[in-house]
Amino acid sequence: MSEWLPDLELIRHIIAGSMMFTGAVFMLIGSLGVLRLPDFYARIHAAGITDTLATILLLGGMMVSSGFTQTTAKLALVGVFLFLTSPTATHAVANAAHKAGIKPRLGTIKSPHPRDIKED
Amino acid sequence: MGYKILLIATLTVLWLTLSGYFDKPLLLSLGVLSVFISIGVAWRMRILDNESVPYLRMFALLPYWGWLAIEIVKSSITISAVILRPDMVLTPRLIRVKTLPQSSFGRTLFANSITLTPGTVSIDIDDDEIIVHTLIKEMTAREDFAEMARRCAKAVGERHVSF
Repeated sequence: MSEWLPDLELIRHIIAGSMMFTGAVFMLIGSLGVLRLPDFYARIHAAGITDTLATILLLGGMMVSSGFTQTTAKLALVGVFLFLTSPTATHAVANAAHKAGIKPRLGTIKSPHPRDIKED
Repeated sequence: MGYKILLIATLTVLWLTLSGYFDKPLLLSLGVLSVFISIGVAWRMRILDNESVPYLRMFALLPYWGWLAIEIVKSSITISAVILRPDMVLTPRLIRVKTLPQSSFGRTLFANSITLTPGTVSIDIDDDEIIVHTLIKEMTAREDFAEMARRCAKAVGERHVSF
């Protein structure tokens, strides 16, 4: 092949790698949110990021990296099943909390900047 | 009968995708057997209807899923920015959102779409209103929910002019 043509295989792996990396970053952000957010209902939102965007990116990256194979078809199926079941599970948990009478904290919640917290 | 054939076709494709065997007679015949046992059980339970075999509808939903994916990306980035701020400011609200789709399938789709979008979680359904918990008040906009409801109704084939 001619020298100046870009290496498609290399580009594919770069795309796959960056998608998976971004997905991993969003997983981290979601986990951080679960730790930082104040109450049950707020934490569901953080878990939602790991359920949706992070999963799309991770599965997408794996699909790009495996190309047109059976693995890609399986990954696509995993994606479809996750997208049908995860909101149902999230709703079941949130609804159970609501029925059990857990009251969400409403209004405005401010957490101070870490540098303003004085340690004793 | 149509649903039966559709389910047989779907299960066959599913089995072949997951196993990847095309040339092992014993495994293939066991696969055929398992497909027919599944059909038999579904038929005896009388659940072979539009609700349990929604595969034709899924194709009608593809454009909607594309739109939803973009919405998920946008609100994921918003919520990530909220989480990552050192001095986090949250304005959680509980709001009531009117559903536009009338069928149970359409309502499920709408409630699930709300839950899938980070920053909003559907907590309960009350008549034709969904109780939604939102993390920041920027996500309580009526117009955004109205647009999602309109697109849901369109995706499941319900057309309304008023909202």
